[in-house]
Amino acid sequence: MEVDPLAVRGRVHSVESFGTVDGPGRRMVVFCQGCPLRCAYCHNPDTWDFAGGSETSVAELLERFERNRAFYRGGGLTVSGGEPLAQPEFAGALFRAAHESPRGRIHTCLDSSGGAWDPCRPERFEELLAHTDLVLLDIKHSDPAAHRWLCGADQERILSFADELSARRLPVLVRHVVVPGITDSPRELRELGRLIARWDNVVGLDLLPYHTMGLPKYERLGIPCRLKDTPPMEASRMGELRELVLRARADERR
Amino acid sequence: MQKAWEGFVGGNWEHEVDVRDFIQKNYRPYDGDESFLAGPSEATSSLWATVMDLFAQETANGGVIDMDTDLVSTITSHPAGYIDRELEKIVGLQTDRPLKRALMVDGGIRMAQAACESHGYHVSPKVVDFYTRRRKTHNAGVFDAYTPEMRACRHSHIITGLPDAYGRGRIIGDYRRVALYGLDFLIAEKKAEKDGTQKHMTEAVIRHREELAEQARALAELKELGLIYGLDLARPAETFQEAVQWLYMGYLAAVKEQNGAAMSIGRNSAFLDAYAERDLRRGILTEEQAQEIIDHLVMKLRMIKFARTPEYNELFSGDPQWVTESIGGMGVDGRHMVTKTSFRLLHTLENMGTSPEPNLTVLWSTRLPEAFKRYCAKISIATSSIQYENDDLMRVYHGDDYAIACCVSSMRIGKEMQFFGARANLAKCLLYAINGGRDEKTGEQIGPKFRPVEGDYLDYDDVVEKYRDMMAWLAGVYVNALNIIHYMHDKYCYERIQMALHDEHVHRWFATGIAGLSVVADSLSAIKYGRVRVVRDETGLVTDYVCEGEFPTYGNDDDRVDQIAHDVVEVFMKYVRETDTYRKAVPTTSILTITSNVVYGSATGNTPDGRRAGEPFAPGANPMHRRDTHGAVASLASVAKLPFRDAQDGISNTFSIVPGALGKASGMFLDEIDLGDVSLDLSIENEPACACCADASAADGLSDRS
Repeated sequence: MEVDPLAVRGRVHSVESFGTVDGPGRRMVVFCQGCPLRCAYCHNPDTWDFAGGSETSVAELLERFERNRAFYRGGGLTVSGGEPLAQPEFAGALFRAAHESPRGRIHTCLDSSGGAWDPCRPERFEELLAHTDLVLLDIKHSDPAAHRWLCGADQERILSFADELSARRLPVLVRHVVVPGITDSPRELRELGRLIARWDNVVGLDLLPYHTMGLPKYERLGIPCRLKDTPPMEASRMGELRELVLRARADERR
Repeated sequence: MQKAWEGFVGGNWEHEVDVRDFIQKNYRPYDGDESFLAGPSEATSSLWATVMDLFAQETANGGVIDMDTDLVSTITSHPAGYIDRELEKIVGLQTDRPLKRALMVDGGIRMAQAACESHGYHVSPKVVDFYTRRRKTHNAGVFDAYTPEMRACRHSHIITGLPDAYGRGRIIGDYRRVALYGLDFLIAEKKAEKDGTQKHMTEAVIRHREELAEQARALAELKELGLIYGLDLARPAETFQEAVQWLYMGYLAAVKEQNGAAMSIGRNSAFLDAYAERDLRRGILTEEQAQEIIDHLVMKLRMIKFARTPEYNELFSGDPQWVTESIGGMGVDGRHMVTKTSFRLLHTLENMGTSPEPNLTVLWSTRLPEAFKRYCAKISIATSSIQYENDDLMRVYHGDDYAIACCVSSMRIGKEMQFFGARANLAKCLLYAINGGRDEKTGEQIGPKFRPVEGDYLDYDDVVEKYRDMMAWLAGVYVNALNIIHYMHDKYCYERIQMALHDEHVHRWFATGIAGLSVVADSLSAIKYGRVRVVRDETGLVTDYVCEGEFPTYGNDDDRVDQIAHDVVEVFMKYVRETDTYRKAVPTTSILTITSNVVYGSATGNTPDGRRAGEPFAPGANPMHRRDTHGAVASLASVAKLPFRDAQDGISNTFSIVPGALGKASGMFLDEIDLGDVSLDLSIENEPACACCADASAADGLSDRS
């Protein structure tokens, strides 16, 4: 039986009505609650717990978007997290409803690490990916062991997810957080370039300098932060580091 | 057609005063970019260096270079003054030397004295005596008529900023008429109007006749002011230079006669551009000359100053005049109204550097030409000196020949004026409702002795009912106090020249104001959705509140509380309309106050939303600080739900944003993708020029006659 996408409910941490850094233009950003990864540099540890947040329906979120639609011209709707892939039916229903909105198609952007992708049950993600216009894909680390240490999970699902996106030719913007001493070495950045070179659908690369603004959240939640002594990354170096990644990518693709 | 008008397209404007008709028939929309603009001339640079030097001297002197203490300012009071006569293309100063502050006493002699004293000057005893005992001031008139209740409300600050000690401001003369018609024509018109009034001498007709006589007299004085500077203002302007000069002379007469907060200059760029285009066509004007003339006009506007007290300047964080010039906008026929002179005006910020005055205000429409939008953005980024206002919203109400008075108040030029003044402190009014009219800080009975709330917990329905009663009372006192103020202002401090540059029958707005809206919305939300316990002192006065439970706060696009804010504005305006207004002015309101929110907050005790006594209110219609947690769009959406039809005088939302929060500059996508249509087109109100005018009133006890 056909499910009404508007009735689908999901666990939502919060909604940012004026998102400008998670996808093109001005966007409404829905932060899903719950994430299977435990990345050391995560600045939203309050979105980890699957039991937190509040149940919200697609209809409520769409209504909120529609009443302020004028603000989102040239932008759209982004689902972030937490990990939206952990609630694929919800995210899928939201994106389908956005695409089918009676007031006009809404551009959809999925911000994900791929950590909750399940290659054995791709059908669960069918609706979501069919209604996604752009993916912001976090590649945490190029090295499998380092990845495990950094995120508390294997890299395989993430690479498999990226392969799936590639097979679907879904435009992907790769994001990579640059942390001093962890992901900022020339070696790591070159490896990252090689890694992403195999996917033809990568249309952009965004290096994000690690910042320490999430630290107070850890203190408030009583969660030990593994990077509490790590300094923030100099934002001014992003240009040169990005060049490094892109050069490695170009060499690999030659 | 007379010689001055040759080369213009004729129309109704030739037969009667109809400036809009002239503009519509003669202006040429300009779609191009800024590449035609000329840099500063040598004369401009030299003059501006002199003026900058004078500004520096002012600062070094603690605020003023010189003040008149003996000579009361009128349109013709002073001989000609110059910066450097040989170099000035546009002439005219408020007094006989640059930046010397004029002595203006019709609003209130004690205020004028206070302004002088604060800078170490002393108004001549002869003048003081004359304006204390012989010639009555606006201030003295007002205090003769104030009721004890009004005085109590002033004193407790539930009503603040009543303009009862100086010029009320906010009236914009149609200075373009001086240029287009010349004064002989305008004087004849005024005389004809006077001859045509009703013959039945009711009080209203007598007043009308006297005002028309004063208007004609003021126009004659303006003609004389022209002669002082060697200008023949009797005839229409014949060139672009003359049009600018004539127009400025009209404005100068206004600021020589009135020291009102917010002496705006109107909407002049399309009008003046018609003259510039004609002269360029005729080959008697070059772009360099056109820019020089505009530069010199703007330089003069930057030098407009009044004698103010330090308290006044403190209230506004500076020494603002709100010489607002409105630029651009769309015509009702669908053509935009951006002209080359719109560019020239903004270009003054490049030629002479950034400046808060004049308050250059772009009437923004999504349909303005792209090149102009880009130029505005470029100048905004470089100077932070442009204010933007929503023409698409205001044009619906005011057509295409309105201008902004002060910061946001819109009026059709020469056809509408306003009686403006003060703010009703709605947060304090809520506390009065809870305490049965007693002041929460002093315990004094200020409002009517209604029944206070009983019990330990506040009941929403009970509080709302009491609040409505208290608002009805406050609206009544407020409107009546303003009635007195504007009656006396018309009587003792009439804007003769500004009103002479209006139609005979003007539409009058009665512009009230409110403060503390978001505090009220959140407080009522706390009472409705949380549980609020009252804390009483030994006399039973509620002095504090303990809020238990969560409640939605204004600024998050949450209808439960946004509706409360909406209803408060609507209900208060309903009560305002229930009181008769002076001269049948039509009530409206504004939710504006930008810097004085600090002052209002300090006069208000603890509120049920958890705000502590003395804590500043949010500016204008802003959500309370840090209570909007869903991002900017949600915050703006809450503000946008307020009823503009009730608050046409303006709703402000002060909004600062760091550049990084507007998105990533570039360098995210690889070359192979074209992001053509993805761009930000957000316009942000300019912060510094945004404090609201006319929030100052006479200090307690500062009245001219006891």
